[in-house]
Amino acid sequence: MTDERMKQVSKLRRIMIRPELGAISGTILVFVFFLLIAGDSGMFAPQGIQNWSVVSAQFAIIAVGACLLMIAGEFDLSVGSMIGFAGILIAILSVQWGWPSWLAILVAFAVCVSIGALNGFLVIKTGLPSFIVTLAFLYILRGLTIWLSILTTQKTVIGGVRKAAEGDWLAPVFGGKILTGLFQWMGDQGWIETFSRGTRAGQPVVEGIPMLIIWALGLIIFGQWLLTRTRFGNWIFAAGGDPQAASYVGVPVNRVKILMFMFTAFTATVFATSQVMEFGSAAADRGLLKEFEAIISVVIGGALLTGGYGSVVGAALGALIFGVVQQGLFFSGAESSLFRVFLGTILILAVILNTYIRRIITGER
Amino acid sequence: MTRPIIEMKDIEKHFGPVIALGGVSFDVCPGEVHCLLGDNGAGKSTFIKTMSGVHKPTSGTILFEGREMHFDSPRDAMAAGIATVYQDLAMIPLMSVTRNFWMGNEPVRKIGPFRMMDFARANRVTMEEMAKMGINLREPNQAVGTLSGGERQTVAIARAVYFGAKVLILDEPTSALGVRQTSNVLATIDKVRKAGIAVVFITHNVRHALAVGDRFTVLNRGKTLGTAKRGEITPEDLQDLMAGGQELAQLESSLGGTV
Repeated sequence: MTDERMKQVSKLRRIMIRPELGAISGTILVFVFFLLIAGDSGMFAPQGIQNWSVVSAQFAIIAVGACLLMIAGEFDLSVGSMIGFAGILIAILSVQWGWPSWLAILVAFAVCVSIGALNGFLVIKTGLPSFIVTLAFLYILRGLTIWLSILTTQKTVIGGVRKAAEGDWLAPVFGGKILTGLFQWMGDQGWIETFSRGTRAGQPVVEGIPMLIIWALGLIIFGQWLLTRTRFGNWIFAAGGDPQAASYVGVPVNRVKILMFMFTAFTATVFATSQVMEFGSAAADRGLLKEFEAIISVVIGGALLTGGYGSVVGAALGALIFGVVQQGLFFSGAESSLFRVFLGTILILAVILNTYIRRIITGER
Repeated sequence: MTRPIIEMKDIEKHFGPVIALGGVSFDVCPGEVHCLLGDNGAGKSTFIKTMSGVHKPTSGTILFEGREMHFDSPRDAMAAGIATVYQDLAMIPLMSVTRNFWMGNEPVRKIGPFRMMDFARANRVTMEEMAKMGINLREPNQAVGTLSGGERQTVAIARAVYFGAKVLILDEPTSALGVRQTSNVLATIDKVRKAGIAVVFITHNVRHALAVGDRFTVLNRGKTLGTAKRGEITPEDLQDLMAGGQELAQLESSLGGTV
């Protein structure tokens, strides 16, 4: 019954239908581009690398959550508002109420993951598109964040978070740096740049690898493993590909979707906690538009907006493209508003490419 | 004939004031293909959904292997060994054949604390089972979307058989297929029957039914119009029963043959 008219799959074609293809070529393209136009601007010196890799890692953290959720067939537009909400929550609990930072962080995680579960529960129970349900939470959470912040401090920015977190055991897991000894040693050896004057003379300019990057790498590896290597990963694909067909063969579609909403909320809280610990303050307007940037990363990474297809590694590369371009425009002295022009353009191109790839794999004409 | 594996007695199903099934009796034996025929709206779908646990009958009894059963969900029916292959909900086109085949029953291998899906085994079994049904896959990773409609039905049937179905319900598996693909699916049904599985084959095509059926039951307006054995009934009689007789007979004479 093998159809003799079906051509043998060529290597090239097999590479062509990998979801990450667009993201891989895009990554190569932006690196070549910025090496050419901003190669001598310090963008690829240690400090420059840290600069864009931190920005990319931030995008990647929320992109992993958005990616798995999108493959499971849903969206979460409340990610950005949740970032602001989680940050303000940690600041109020630790600075205003004087709770230990670890407790404030754990409570923020518990609250946000519960809101994620509520998002998922409402989507499943009402049968409404997740677009609408999470759009509602985009407004609800942002409003609550500003209200809570003003109610407790009469301000929308709450500082002193880092001071409150001094000596805490959990805060450095989000805001700390690792391998500082190695970087100090490399500085002493004269391999990397050190401060030559001031109170930090002799210390390396790049002190270590920020935990933010470790979180991003950890989440990417976990997400990719979960999606491609486990039984649960198969359920994620199935839930997004065709929920009814999946539930007919016993896949717990509702549970999968709700868990993915919770995971997305978890990644948003990781983002928020790292940011609050890094800046030392929380602001009610943090995370604005992050939900869309996460979704764009995922789409550049080859995922289909309709669910059932995509790649975590692709989404991570999408985030890398984002970070490099956003910071690269800054390094090359270009107008930073051009970043948005770039975003819009690359989004359209990515979707066109994805639609084409989908036609190939499903054999539609 | 052996004892029926599933017997449905006087099944009634009401949806509010609508009587979808008004006392339908039906049974199927292991190694038999029992065709359920009927025109659109005859109640075929409602009936098989009752058999597969989607609907609960308003009245009537279901005997499975001689014992009375109450299925609360499709899962219960599946656990008992009743598998249903729906016409268009069988497969997810974007996923690979292996991922589709094992969907909901993924084999798991433990490496240290990590529980992973055993792809080596999953791929091997998928290739073997598909080969048994006469489909030689290029590779188990190819997306189901690249298969033809008939091949997709075959993957779904092979999956149900592999996971131990005792009763296989096929909901119009041939209705959207071309001639060649239809023959392939009918050949698959024959293979499944020879493996000793009871097959309930729903169709509104008399010729497809006669090609593989051992017994034929016609539903019309929520009632059974009788069950006939192979060789006891002509295609024309079946056709008449399905359409309720009179008008179609006139139509046919004006068209000059069996529709």
